[in-house]
Amino acid sequence: MIGKDFDMPLPVPDLTTQIGPLSLQNPVIAASGTFGYGLEFEPLVDLNHLGAVVVKGLSLKPMAGNPPPRIVETPGGMLNAIGLANIGLEAFLKDRLPKLRKFTTPIIVNIYGHHTEEYGELADGLKGVEGVAALEINISCPNVECGGMAFGIDPVTSARVTETVLKNTDKPVIVKLSPNVTDIKTVAKAVEAAGAHALSLINTLTGMAIDVESRKPKLANLVGGLSGPAIKPIALYMVYQVARTVKIPVIGMGGIMDYTDALEFLMVGARAVEIGTANFVNPRVTLEVIEGIRNYCEENGIRKIGEIVGSLRTEPATSNQ
Amino acid sequence: MFELLTEIVSNQRVTDDTWLMGLRSAEIAQAAKPGQFVMIRVRSGLDPLLRRPFSICGVRDDLFLVLYRVIGKGTNLMTELRAGEGIRVLGPLGKSFVVPDKRTSRLLVGGGIGIAPLVFLGQFHREKQIPFMMGFRSAKDIISPQRITGEDAGFLVATDDGTKGHRGLVTDLLEERLRENPGEVAVYACGPKPMLRKVAQMTMPLRIPCQISLESHMACGLGACQGCAVKASAASGRSYVYVCKEGPVFEAEAIDWEGL
Repeated sequence: MIGKDFDMPLPVPDLTTQIGPLSLQNPVIAASGTFGYGLEFEPLVDLNHLGAVVVKGLSLKPMAGNPPPRIVETPGGMLNAIGLANIGLEAFLKDRLPKLRKFTTPIIVNIYGHHTEEYGELADGLKGVEGVAALEINISCPNVECGGMAFGIDPVTSARVTETVLKNTDKPVIVKLSPNVTDIKTVAKAVEAAGAHALSLINTLTGMAIDVESRKPKLANLVGGLSGPAIKPIALYMVYQVARTVKIPVIGMGGIMDYTDALEFLMVGARAVEIGTANFVNPRVTLEVIEGIRNYCEENGIRKIGEIVGSLRTEPATSNQ
Repeated sequence: MFELLTEIVSNQRVTDDTWLMGLRSAEIAQAAKPGQFVMIRVRSGLDPLLRRPFSICGVRDDLFLVLYRVIGKGTNLMTELRAGEGIRVLGPLGKSFVVPDKRTSRLLVGGGIGIAPLVFLGQFHREKQIPFMMGFRSAKDIISPQRITGEDAGFLVATDDGTKGHRGLVTDLLEERLRENPGEVAVYACGPKPMLRKVAQMTMPLRIPCQISLESHMACGLGACQGCAVKASAASGRSYVYVCKEGPVFEAEAIDWEGL
């Protein structure tokens, strides 16, 4: 019963974070492609408790996606080649978005196109639309103008897509960076210069898996995107590098399974995190991460989540006990 | 739909490579309908990472049963679990079998581990039941429904090697049945893909209602990951259907059987 703060009200840590013009009540965001349209998780997760929800990647026209098998588990992760299957802009606006408007949580729409103009048309189609808090641009998809090479591997095409979207939208623009590059900082700088409000990283790492009995690839698409805890150290290092390079806010992701993983990303400079594959393993993981961060703040006397952001101590560890 | 820590009540070997696990959850046992499935997190930690989908093969009071074949890392680990241990389960998930009016006789056709959802269907709707047709590789692989439900139920069996019952395929038994004026019947099937393809090819030209339970790799079970796509029939006007949410039970007409 003895404590110097006994008469003080319990400190409630302030978890709010700012991603450019976008205010989030906490730094935990459900990542695109792993949370459907949010509605799929509604029986298990109160969406209003999340920092934000990024809905399934959206294209101008509906996309059927790749032939199966589309997913395969690998040690500590999974490869997916869904092929960006989605219902298209029209059905999203008509069937999904109206059901999302009842939530107070910001809904971020992840968009992608096959060529630069398509990004612009899609952004224009979402212009002024109520209930869309921001756009997240997926630049990891193949660019038909460049023989199917991903937009995101080249700083010039990445910047061009960013500019095109910015020209056609009134929403904050987050650019989701591909890790399948030699130096992610180069693309990050190019996209920042193009005017992006924020960056999110990393998207999946390209990989493959083979069945040795049949000698066939385990994915019908041959290659897929690796996600899950296996990629976390890579993701963390990339977020660390980018956060020190750009001035705009960075959202970190890649293999976050629990609140300590999320804290690592905050400590290297991310202002928020996205949680992806872990939603498949534990559908309530987003809520548990928020709770874990809150407890960590309380136990460590942290009043504002911003105190953690970029708080990595790089001096050699010393024992001063 | 629930996501719960359930208690393992039993976990026993049934044949060389199939096991039966009993799990306690009044919520799931009461909500479960034949054809639905659960996603089981085999153990906490990161390996295996994803949950594994299993058909519910029966319920008893506040228990639900899962029949599983040991084929990989996840199912191997499941055999090591003991009664009294806890395991996280998400479910019940997916669409159940739709049972037509009472005049219609029901033909259950199962192959191997595919009998699991049909055992539950047989338990749920016992009236107008026609003996369950089941196919296995050999006599030693036969899984008796009685072994699962504890209730006496007759069944016809076919084995690949003829060590028990009809020597040949379970679809031979179905063919025979359909040849002798079957009356109003509906067929319910689950098993290996070639067997299901054959069942669909036998029932569709005769316009016999046929519901088939499919399996697929899946990550979430909730309709979010879109990993469980199966090629849809041209008639359906779709490219793919999703096993977790639109299935696992489909009308035979919905699936592209050549592309499966």
